[in-house]
Parts: sequence; structure tokens; C-alpha cells
Amino acid sequence: MIPGSFSYHRPASVADAVKLLTDLGEDARPLAGGHSLVPMMKLRLATPAHLIDLHGIANLKGIRRDGTNLVIGAMTTQHDLLASDEIARSAPILHETALLIADPQVRYRGTIGGNVANGDPGNDMPALMMTLGASYRLEGPSGARDVPAADFYQGAYFTALEPGEILTSVSFPAPVAGHGYAYEKLKRKVGDYATAAAAVVLTMAGGKVASCVIGLTNVHETPLLATDAANAVIGTSLDPATLKKAAAAASAIMSPAADARGPVEYRKHVGGIMVTRALQRAVAIAK
Amino acid sequence: MNDLTPTREQRTAALEGMGCKRKRVEDIRFTQGRGNYVDDIKLPGMLHGDFVRSPHPHARVTKIDDSEALKVPGVLAVITAETLKTVNLAWMPTLAGDVQMVLADGKVLFQNQEVAFVVATDRYAADDGINKVIVEYEPLPPLVDPFKAMDADAPVLREDLVGKMSGAHGPRKHNNHIFEWMVGDKDLTDAAFRKAEVSIKEMISYHRTHPSPLETCQCVCSFDKIKGELTIYGTFQAPHVIRTVVALIAKIPEHKIHVIAPDIGGGFGNKVGAYPGYICAAVASIVTGKPVKWVEDRIENLTATSFARDYHMTTEIAATKDGKVTGLRVHVLADHGAFDACADPSKWPAGFFNIVTGSYDFPTAHLAVDGVYTNKAPGGVAYRCSFRVTEAAYCIERAMDILAQKLNMDPAELRLKNFIKPEQFPYHSALGWEYDSGDYHTAMRKMMETTGYAALRKEQAEKRAAFARGETRDIMGLGVSFFTEIVGAGPSKNCDILGIAMFDSCEIRMHPTGAGIARVGSKSQGQGHETTWAQIIATEIGIPADNIMVEEGNTDTAPYGLGTYGSRSTPVAGAAIAMAARKIKAKAQMIAAYKLEVHEDDLEFDIDGFRVRGLPEKFMSMKDICWAAYNSVPPGMEPGLEAVSYYDPPNMTYPFGAYLCVMDIDVDTGVYNVRRFYALDDCGTRINPMIIEGQIHGGLTEAFAIAMGQEIRYDEVGNVVTGSFMDFFMPTAVETPHWETDFTVTPSPHHPIGAKGVGESPNVGGVPAFSNAVNDAFSFLGSKHIQMPHDFWRNWKAAKDLGAVA
Repeated sequence: MIPGSFSYHRPASVADAVKLLTDLGEDARPLAGGHSLVPMMKLRLATPAHLIDLHGIANLKGIRRDGTNLVIGAMTTQHDLLASDEIARSAPILHETALLIADPQVRYRGTIGGNVANGDPGNDMPALMMTLGASYRLEGPSGARDVPAADFYQGAYFTALEPGEILTSVSFPAPVAGHGYAYEKLKRKVGDYATAAAAVVLTMAGGKVASCVIGLTNVHETPLLATDAANAVIGTSLDPATLKKAAAAASAIMSPAADARGPVEYRKHVGGIMVTRALQRAVAIAK
Repeated sequence: MNDLTPTREQRTAALEGMGCKRKRVEDIRFTQGRGNYVDDIKLPGMLHGDFVRSPHPHARVTKIDDSEALKVPGVLAVITAETLKTVNLAWMPTLAGDVQMVLADGKVLFQNQEVAFVVATDRYAADDGINKVIVEYEPLPPLVDPFKAMDADAPVLREDLVGKMSGAHGPRKHNNHIFEWMVGDKDLTDAAFRKAEVSIKEMISYHRTHPSPLETCQCVCSFDKIKGELTIYGTFQAPHVIRTVVALIAKIPEHKIHVIAPDIGGGFGNKVGAYPGYICAAVASIVTGKPVKWVEDRIENLTATSFARDYHMTTEIAATKDGKVTGLRVHVLADHGAFDACADPSKWPAGFFNIVTGSYDFPTAHLAVDGVYTNKAPGGVAYRCSFRVTEAAYCIERAMDILAQKLNMDPAELRLKNFIKPEQFPYHSALGWEYDSGDYHTAMRKMMETTGYAALRKEQAEKRAAFARGETRDIMGLGVSFFTEIVGAGPSKNCDILGIAMFDSCEIRMHPTGAGIARVGSKSQGQGHETTWAQIIATEIGIPADNIMVEEGNTDTAPYGLGTYGSRSTPVAGAAIAMAARKIKAKAQMIAAYKLEVHEDDLEFDIDGFRVRGLPEKFMSMKDICWAAYNSVPPGMEPGLEAVSYYDPPNMTYPFGAYLCVMDIDVDTGVYNVRRFYALDDCGTRINPMIIEGQIHGGLTEAFAIAMGQEIRYDEVGNVVTGSFMDFFMPTAVETPHWETDFTVTPSPHHPIGAKGVGESPNVGGVPAFSNAVNDAFSFLGSKHIQMPHDFWRNWKAAKDLGAVA
């Protein structure tokens, strides 16, 4: 539980950080909140020779509205999200989800950028970002580009980030007024990763589901969009048979690992239940 | 006398003696971060040691190459078994009569076993060094399942024992067999089963778990070559025992060993025994001539030092068809891991598991325990319980519920029907104990009345009907538990550790101004001894508790004691404190008689001093007596006011309690909700009700954790998969249920103040209450027994296996 030695860098700009990452190559890792990387370093499962701390870069932090889009700087902490009136008003599901991440101490340090960029299937924000239709701003030696969250995740800890690139912000269209939402997360205790979790954002029209997006956390090596499940509920009033169908469609794309949270069969089963419960709750609050 | 003269109530209250909810004096430093723990100790030139550990559960160690490690800046030495052999310390004795490798000697027997000890100028360098030690292993087949330990083709684990057909506790049946321990009348018990109208049989497992105190095991060893003295600061629940063990194995004269246990951040049995870290740090200090610190990390604590339980208890009860028990037969398969590192009294290989007849009047019983070796970490210690008492309580309390289910009787009624009756005390159990006192019926009925037990059963019946109609997916369980503990080890006729009788001790010195110091052989790890010990003295001698400083843990100053575990502090040390205080009081009475010019028989003790009978105005306070003790004692009397007492208890004490857990379980996810938990405890005389309540809260939280998910689990090839608090269930305040506490008072007849010990009762009684609640919830679906731990997925699996989930 004692990390190896490393060099510490604290660049003042994204350009400097990118240059450091590019120059130092694979031995360098950017450091955000540190709540994934530092434990890995303590176990010596990660042994970066250089840590590039992003805390010195002022413009990586903050939440702003850009037309219909919400833009969140990568170094914005989970606590910042919880403290933001803009988030509470425009994207309440983000508030709800941030509250289910770890514990208050972790949320003071943990950042949204770190959460989405690390590619950890246990993290909650990636599936939520896919559900919200977010895209990530990646800045690297050859400039900036935007990658949809849905295209970002390639495998456990494997993402679309190229060498030298840093995820600098996330942005997503604010869900329409009157939308229904829920993030249902089954976990063993405070601070745990999800046994299974489901994010739902939907709209209702005339008592029927008009649009629906469902995201799934920690039931596959990457976060998932449960498109078939979402399509199954569109146009329905979420009767029991439809709910069952949606849960089955969602479970069908899950391939969780067996771990201390339970065997595969259990995790898929409760994954379906999380979908059911999130749909029911989302419908109940939609206008 | 005037209006300002304090009333008797005010004088009593001013003492803050027994019965007072006195605030914990130690919390002043603890809540301000000013405690002094082992890791706070920093000595000049101090080095740091850390272990290279085995990734294999069972392997031959063919080569250890430290050449690269020694090149790491700051690394000074790499100690291996070969180094330790030069001082004859490659192996060490365990408290259970076995021997244990300090560092891997030719092979490793469990994953994360200590292989080499790297000593460096700081902790980082030590860990850098660890990563450079190259160890070559030749893997051997691992033995993980204790039920296969004695198979003919089982792998040979302990090569040091090959051919030794007898161990510390008698004959061995197999090389992986440690002992067989039998108690009770087999023939009579077999006969009871032959005649039984009804009987039940179930294999009830108590899984492997871990005490996991917040502070891990650690020490700082400092050897002074000039004086030939070894000072050890360590997380020791029994510092004097550690001193004696070190004297015996390191061949250092005992008076030249100074063991100091500073503040301890929880022990729960984890810090009773001796671990390789202590030996290696001591040897490293002797080798380098510098102080050496060893601090275990969380993974090491969970995976290498002292697990608890791993008892597999095949339990049978014989009974009449109207529910009177007639016989108990239990066979235990005990998995001790690679070495028998139990911390039980030496002659008790299965601790006091023969308390397994519980609170019930079994006319006959028979118990057999087989201990076996497996490729797992060594143990098992008494995690917040007297030795194997929580296993015994779980065994009998589950079995009574299984019997109730078979008889279609209410489990509370079945218990009431079979309790030992108040007039039967002192009661001689079929397995050899003399229960000192109890009033089980009163406690049980109080629990049932306070909780509205009958109404809860009615609600449960309604919920079950609603579940059957498909109106709810929740099932409701009521977990009844009635436990009898055996604590206060122990009488010299029963108990010793390495030949030392299990007495305890207190030395009190009163100073001239009416303040004093009490030094005690016990060692608080959070129990609040500094607070409660002073309260006993306050009531006994009439000096305010605030004026008594309590000191423990320094073997140079404290009288020899056997330490704190097994709820022994109040039954044994608490008695020594009262007896020492009574010696002080007796001398004070002689001084008061002299000063008041009366015969000492004419004096009566009155709260905080002595009064002449019939002459209430003639009074001398204890404060004034303390002063007089230093300037005007009776002719011929030595000055001063000091006393020492060593207390060898005449019997154990037998706390008991009635618990009820009300739980709802969502069958679709297995998620449970502990709706209510009621705990009635009878620990005899209550010294500090607030501290008792705190102990109950803490013990119940641990019981909750154990029953509902806390587990040390190995995969089928011997990898330990629960090495961190991510997977080892440590509940936070969010998960922890609300606790309702209650009590009755049945004083111990043989204890000087009637107290019985309480710290472990909630763990002992709590685990069966939780497990019985889960089992009770599922019983109407046709289940008989579901093994712990009852975490979410296992609850779901139980529901699925019973057909309640598609």
C-alpha cells in the first residue's frame, strides 16, 4: 500500500500539460482527483514515473450554460456538481447520480473528468453521459476534437484517448423541461461501485412514453446504452408487460463479471430490476 | 448542617462512581486527535520494516535473491528464515501449543504468508526493496476445503509434523489433523437420541471473518545493545503475556524487556497473539542496533493476521414432541488455516465452545471438535467474543429455531419452555460448566412485551398472506436470540496461558491530597477502562472518579495481568480493582478510627468517608484520611496508602440477553432492511450505563456486519479474494441499523461488585438474531437453514432456490 517513486508536475495550462504528456510518453499519467489512480499506485498496479497534476489549470473547472448545452470543465468535482444550482435545475439526474458516487470525502476530490476519462466500468458518470448524449472535448498535440460519449469507451480502461490527449470538458444538451429521469443504483454499501445501475431519461406525451434513453453501469466491460430496452417502452404507458420486456432486453446485453457483488446471473437479474425501477420512477416525475 | 451542606445524593453524585453515566475521560484526547498510538511513536534513527509476501497459497520456496533489493537506496537488510535460524527464531510457538513459521522456511502455506522482511530507512524504501526481492516458488496443490483436509490423498501441508501422531492436545488422526476435543457423555447422549420423539440435524457453518480493528497490528522494537534491553511498543491486548513470550523465545531476561502498549485503536481479538512482524522487528533492531517500526497495512491485516471463526458445526437436538429438549450432539470441523494460532487459554483447543448447551436445560450432551490445517491464514481468534462462544451461541440459537420450525412452535415459546429456571442456579451444564446466575424467563418476557412480539408475529402472518397474493415482494423475518455467555477467563483451576494462571491485578496508590493512581493488568483498546476503573474505586473508597488516574499497558509499571479480551476485564481486573480498593479502605478505616479516637468497629463507611455510629457529626472524609496517611498514622502502622490485589476468580461469569431483530427482505434484489433491533442485556451490576450502551452499539454493528456480509473468502485455488474494505463488508453509519437497548440486572454472586462483563455480548447474541431473522423470513417458503453471510445476492439466491423469484 506504498506507492513507488514518481516525479510530480503541475502545469498551468492545457497546452503545457499536453506537452508534458507528449514528451514524457507512456510513463506519464494525468492526475485529476486521484481516486482511481492513487489507489492503483498504492497497490503498485500503476507505476507512472510522472504525474501531471491538472489542478493548476484554472480554466478546467466550472459549469456553464452554452445555449442549450451544459458544459462542465473536467476538473469540476462531484461536490461542485452537487453544489450547482444550474445542474440541479437543468440536469437533476446528474445531481442524483453524483450523490450516489462514493462518499462526501471522495466527492470533494473526485472530478467528472477523471470519472469519465478513466474507462472504469464501475464509474457512474460514463453511462449517464451516454444517456444524456454528451460529448467529450479531447485536447492533444494535434489540437482539439469532440468525441461522443457513446463512441469513447472501447473496453475496460480502454478509451478513445490518444497518447498525449487530455479530456478537458464534457458537454451535453440540457434535457427538455418536464422530462422524467432516474438513476437507480444497487450497491452493497456507501462507497461501493454498482452491483448494477441504470440511468433513464424520458419524455411523455399523452400518457405515453415519447422518447427514452437508458444507460447501464457496471454490467459490461464498458458502459452501455440499452437501445432495444428503450425502444421497447417508447409509445407505451409502461404497463407491467412492457416493463418486463424492457428489463429482459436490457439484461440481454449485459455481461457483467462475477465478483463479490454476486454471480453473473444475479447481476444481470438486478440490472433488469434497476431498469424497471428507474423507468417507473422516471415516468412518475415526468410532466 | 445547613442549606449548603451537600445531601447524600449530591455527595454520591460528586463521586461519579458505579452506575453513573460518566463521560469517557479518554475521549478528551481521542476526539481532538491527541491520542498516542504506535504509529505516532517516532524514535531517533528509527528504521522501517515490511514484508515480502507469498502470492501462492502452497508452494515450495526454492530461492530468495535479495541482491537487487540491497541495491535500493535506503534498504539496509533483508531478513529471511535463514537469518532467523541463526538466532533460533525461524519458528515461534503459538498460544495454542502449535509452532508457526515466522518467515517462510522452505515452503509457504498460505497466500500472503511472510517470506522476507526488508529493513530500510523509510517505509517507501522498504517497499521499493520488497519489489526487488526475487523469490522462486514451486507451486504445490492447495488445500482449501476443510472437509477434504483429512482425505487420504490430501496434500501434506505441515512437513514439520510428518510422523508426529500426537500434538499439543492429544492424538492426531491425519497429518492435516490438529486435535480432537471431546466433552460430555456420549453413551447417554446417543441413548437420548435413540429415544427421541423428535430430532433435528443440520450442518451450521459460521464462516471465516476477521476482527479488522481500525488500527492494524504494529510495533516499534528498540534494542539497546549497551544495556541489553529490548523495548517494544506495540498494539498488544495482553502486554505482559507478550513480555513473557519474548523472554521465553528470545532468551532475553524478562526484566530487561519493556513492553508498552500505548493507545490502541480497537483490538477485538486481533491483537492478543504474537505475529511474525513483532519477531522480525525485534530481530531487525538487534541486528541493526536501531529502532525498527513495523506497521501492517489493511490488506496484510485482513489476509495474514488472525482471522476468526471458520467453524462447521453439525448439530443435532433430541426433543419430545411437545418441545422439551432431551439431548444435544454437536460435531465441529474447525479450520485453523496453516498453523493453529488460536489465542485460547492453553488447555482449551476449542475455547469454551462447550457452552454450546446455551441457556437451555439439556439433560445430556456430547461435543466433539476436530481441528484441521488448510492453506489459509492461521488463527482463529476470538473476534469480540469469549473463546469460541459466539460460534457456540450461533450454533445453539440456530438449532433451536430449526427445532421450533420442525415442531411448528414459536421459537420464543420453545426457548421459554427449555430455559434453565432461576431456582436451578448455580446450574451445572451437561458439558461441564457451573452457570453462576441467571433469570432467563424474566429477560425473555421483557423482550417480548417491550417489542410487542405477539403483534409482530401477527403482522408477519399478514405480510406472508399478502406475499402469497402477489401484493408485495417483501418478506418479513423475526430473529429471536437468547444467549448465555461464559466470560472472565479465568479461574486458575480452568485456565492458563503458557502456564500462567489467568488472574488479573490492580495496584492503587492514594496521594496525600486525596487523589491517586490505579495501575491495572488489563489493557483498554477503546473499552473506556480509564473511565470505568476509576468509577469502581470511587464507589469503593469514596474518592471522586476524577481524582483517580488509571494507567495500563506499561509492563514496567502495571502489575502483571493477562490483558483484555474475552470480556475478562470487568470480571477479573474489575474484581482486582475492587479488592485493592477494599484494602485501601480497610487501612483508611484504621487511620480514621485513630484520628476520631474511636474503635474501628464503631465506624461505618458513608459514601465518601467514615462516620462514627450514633454520632453523625463525627466524620472523617477519605480525602482527609489520605492526608493523615502521610503524617499521622496510628503508632506501629506504616505510613502511606497503597494496595495491590491479584484476583484469581472462583468462577466464570455468565452474562445473558434476549435480542430481537425485525427484518424485511426484498426477494427480487435480496436487499434487506433491518427495521428494528432490540437488545436486552444482563451483565449484572452496571458500572457505567453509557459505556455499556456504547459497547452494545459497537458489538451489534459488528454482529450485523458478520451476519449480513462480512467474510474472508478464498477461491477454490486458495486466493484470498476479500483483501480490502471494498469487498470485506465494513458497514458505515448509513448501513448500520438503529439499536434499541434495554437491560435486567442479575448480579454475579461471586464477583466482588456483581459485574459480569458486557463488551462481547452483543456480538455473541447479535449474530444469531440477524441470521435467525433471515432464516425466519424464508421459512414459510420451505427453507430450513440458510448459511451466513446473508448478503444481497445470497438472499436473492435463497429466494430463487425456493421458487420465489423467476
